[in-house]
Amino acid sequence: MTPSRRAEVAAGVQASLAAGLGMYPIGIAFGLLVVQAGLPWWVAPALSVSVYAGSLELLLIGMITTATPLATIALTTLLVNFRHVFYAFTFPLRVVRNRFARIYSMYALIDEAFAVTAANPHGWTAWRLLALQMSLQTYWVGGGLTGVAIGSLLPIRLEGLEFALCALFVTLTLDACRTKSELPSLLLAAASFSFARLVVPGEALFVGLVVFVASLVARYVLVGPPEPTDA
Amino acid sequence: MPETSYIASVLAIGFAITFALRAVPFAVLEPLRHSRFVTTMAAWMPAGILAILAVSTLSDSVGTSVTSRLAAASAVAVTVAVHLLSGRRTLWSVGTGTLVYIVAVNLG
Repeated sequence: MTPSRRAEVAAGVQASLAAGLGMYPIGIAFGLLVVQAGLPWWVAPALSVSVYAGSLELLLIGMITTATPLATIALTTLLVNFRHVFYAFTFPLRVVRNRFARIYSMYALIDEAFAVTAANPHGWTAWRLLALQMSLQTYWVGGGLTGVAIGSLLPIRLEGLEFALCALFVTLTLDACRTKSELPSLLLAAASFSFARLVVPGEALFVGLVVFVASLVARYVLVGPPEPTDA
Repeated sequence: MPETSYIASVLAIGFAITFALRAVPFAVLEPLRHSRFVTTMAAWMPAGILAILAVSTLSDSVGTSVTSRLAAASAVAVTVAVHLLSGRRTLWSVGTGTLVYIVAVNLG
């Protein structure tokens, strides 16, 4: 490896550290939950390599345990991960030329990778970007394996640990609602989910998400897009 | 314990949909970038979907007993307070919120 490449890899690893500080412990909680749910230990690394989207992986533990129909799993995956569609607008994939490296970079475009590049938009090279993304995946898979090991060695059930997923979504909701302009979406979401809870309590998540998206389409048709802010 | 074939199907579905959502936009970037509908949905969807997931996971983890409801209410309040006061450090807010819930459920 040439010195400049080594410097780029070091810069990528450096850029991954802050996000890794959050991903590794949540990965441990994820691994513990896999063991507590009574699933085989390999489900943790298998989810983190195939799906590789933390919040969805945590949701899937519960859905796998209760043998949720595959159609519900597909729709939940589509809606929960739909936000990734918009990352392509700013993610610096153009710096990666190698075909296989491009495929990996798209596959590993998680929230944290997007957030790090969005916060520092300039100076990305292929080696730096790939080093960032591979470091992030190492923290996540490593955290899951650590959690699985802890859960197998200390077979005590820690009741209440599953609350970590709820807490994660609470903080992500807070981060998504920084202005008053999010209020209509929140009200529509509350109405959609309450409606689903009343009408189809067994499939409230699935129906609630579908009704919410439908209500946003209706809002767009009736009210139109928000006024462009020129300020 | 779910069958291995079922788990394998979940892994395959999760991979295919997630990878498509991440990769396809790079191929069709230009038309998407100019669609008012898509950019508006991009702005409107995240907050509501995350809120639905928060409430849904809350009702999944909370039992019917008064103790667990009180534990959940205080844990959510602590999560929100720590998140806003700690400068949105997710590790801190998720960690303390979960700790409060675990302690409250196990001591209650």
